[in-house]
Amino acid sequence: MLPGAGRSVLRFENVSLAFDETPALAGVSFDVREGETRILLGSAGSGKTVLLKMALGLLRPDSGRVFVFGEDITGLPEARLFDIRARIGILFQEGGLFDSLTIEENVAYPLLNQRLLRIPVSEAAPRVEEALRFVELEHTLEKLPSELSGGMRRRVGIARAVVSRPPLVLYDSPTAGLDPITAHTIVSLIMKARDLENTTTLIVTHRYQDGTWMHDFRYNPKSGQLEADRRELRPEKPATVFSVMREGRVVFEGGRAEIEACTDPYVAKFVKH
Amino acid sequence: MLDILKAPILSVQEFLILSAKAILGVFRRPRYHNDTFLQMDVIGFGSLPIVILTGFFSGAVMALQMSKALSQYGAVGKTGELVTISLVRELGPVLTSLMVAGRNSSGMASELGSMKVTEQIDAMRALGTDPVQKLVVPRLIATCFVLPLLTVVADFLGMLGGFVIAYTLLQMSPDFYWNSAWQSIGYNDMFQGLIKPFAFAFIVALVGCHYGIRTAGGTQGVGRSTTRAVVVASVWIFILDFFITRFFVNV
Ligand SMILES: Nc1ncnc2c1ncn2[C@@H]1O[C@H](COP(=O)(O)OP(=O)(O)O)[C@@H](O)[C@H]1O
Ligand SMILES: [Mg+2]
Repeated sequence: MLPGAGRSVLRFENVSLAFDETPALAGVSFDVREGETRILLGSAGSGKTVLLKMALGLLRPDSGRVFVFGEDITGLPEARLFDIRARIGILFQEGGLFDSLTIEENVAYPLLNQRLLRIPVSEAAPRVEEALRFVELEHTLEKLPSELSGGMRRRVGIARAVVSRPPLVLYDSPTAGLDPITAHTIVSLIMKARDLENTTTLIVTHRYQDGTWMHDFRYNPKSGQLEADRRELRPEKPATVFSVMREGRVVFEGGRAEIEACTDPYVAKFVKH
Repeated sequence: MLDILKAPILSVQEFLILSAKAILGVFRRPRYHNDTFLQMDVIGFGSLPIVILTGFFSGAVMALQMSKALSQYGAVGKTGELVTISLVRELGPVLTSLMVAGRNSSGMASELGSMKVTEQIDAMRALGTDPVQKLVVPRLIATCFVLPLLTVVADFLGMLGGFVIAYTLLQMSPDFYWNSAWQSIGYNDMFQGLIKPFAFAFIVALVGCHYGIRTAGGTQGVGRSTTRAVVVASVWIFILDFFITRFFVNV
């Protein structure tokens, strides 16, 4: 069931990390392939955020190896890591928007600061506007993050994550703390970002539903609509893969049919919701 | 026993690494001039009122105390001299640095701490900037530049405070007070009086940033970092003051 085709975009090999002797990750291994959608489930404190930060090289493992786009980033110096990070989009759980900068400056930040992406301010402006139009917030350019609602801030975070069109985007709990309607809007945007550029996407979430939406639907760039993803028409497309984390370990990995058939009570708990 | 020592040792190690990075960062690119000027404004102009008030009143209080003590030896005329020397050597640098530590070490710890817990510091690294270069270096440069200047202001206002007492209560002539005050300052005093705030600036900025950057545990953590930054910075100012003074004063 796990797709064998496609290049590896993000691979963990037996990665462990402990904070003061308490393990946050314990022997985590997985492989996300090009074009894949990976849904990462797990209760609070199971190590999901730590895993994402490690993929960006923000945290270094105590042992094991991390490969991004096939390159071993485990021992890379910070300066080289910046070049890897330029190709990864990230939405942080706490938003991570710079609250002293306007929305426009926030979204422009990667374009003006990533060494590999750096472009003049005049060229950044239209791309920032395009990214904000994508999340339907083009009217908030001059506002500060504190003036927006939680859902709007999440959307700005998505705009900032995708403004440089990175081939890999990581979303940390994009729907946490949002009402169901706003959560739906956010998932639709993530789906749209995924299917416009065929981006490899990793989503951390508590809500199994977010995963099934990402699995069942796709954005059709031609019609501009979401539609049921008829997988049999595009057998080459990698499937959506679910991973479940518990206390720093990946305790389940598989497709939708498998996770729904799984009898492990911890895994089943997520599916029921 | 070892476990009790582990946390403080780790913290000191982190502090030293941060200090080394920040000091090297001063000579490195990219340079964030706008942030540096903004910090100079925040620390310099922002602290001016409290520095003026503490300087003036500590000078006035000293003049009162000294004149009382000196009158026993019939040396009230030495008041201006004593006030000035104590201010330039000790009170100016230490009081100013303590005030700025209370205002700005805490400010830096809470600002960087909130950025840490809302993942803005992670976001910075993820989006291509080095937080030490962008946040710590500008604060360090600004504090090192501004603190000696604030100290000079405090020294001068202290002398003015001393003068007000000498003139109104001790009936000293302005010429006499200011002449004896100026003439009492030697090069050694001036040097000591400027090197101290410069050295304390490293403590004020680096301790504030250190506690900010290592903040953990949400909003509560920010509160803890803020308090710790002020306490630790103040204590280290006194300790460092002792060693610098020991170096200048050969008994
Ligand atoms: N910087 C840190 N210092 C100490 N402990 C941490 C740190 N970051 C995460 N942890 C711990 O690691 C574990 C996993 O955290 P995290 O990945 O944030 O969980 P979640 O799955 O909810 O995102 C938790 O027990 C957390 O307390
Ligand atoms: Mg998390």
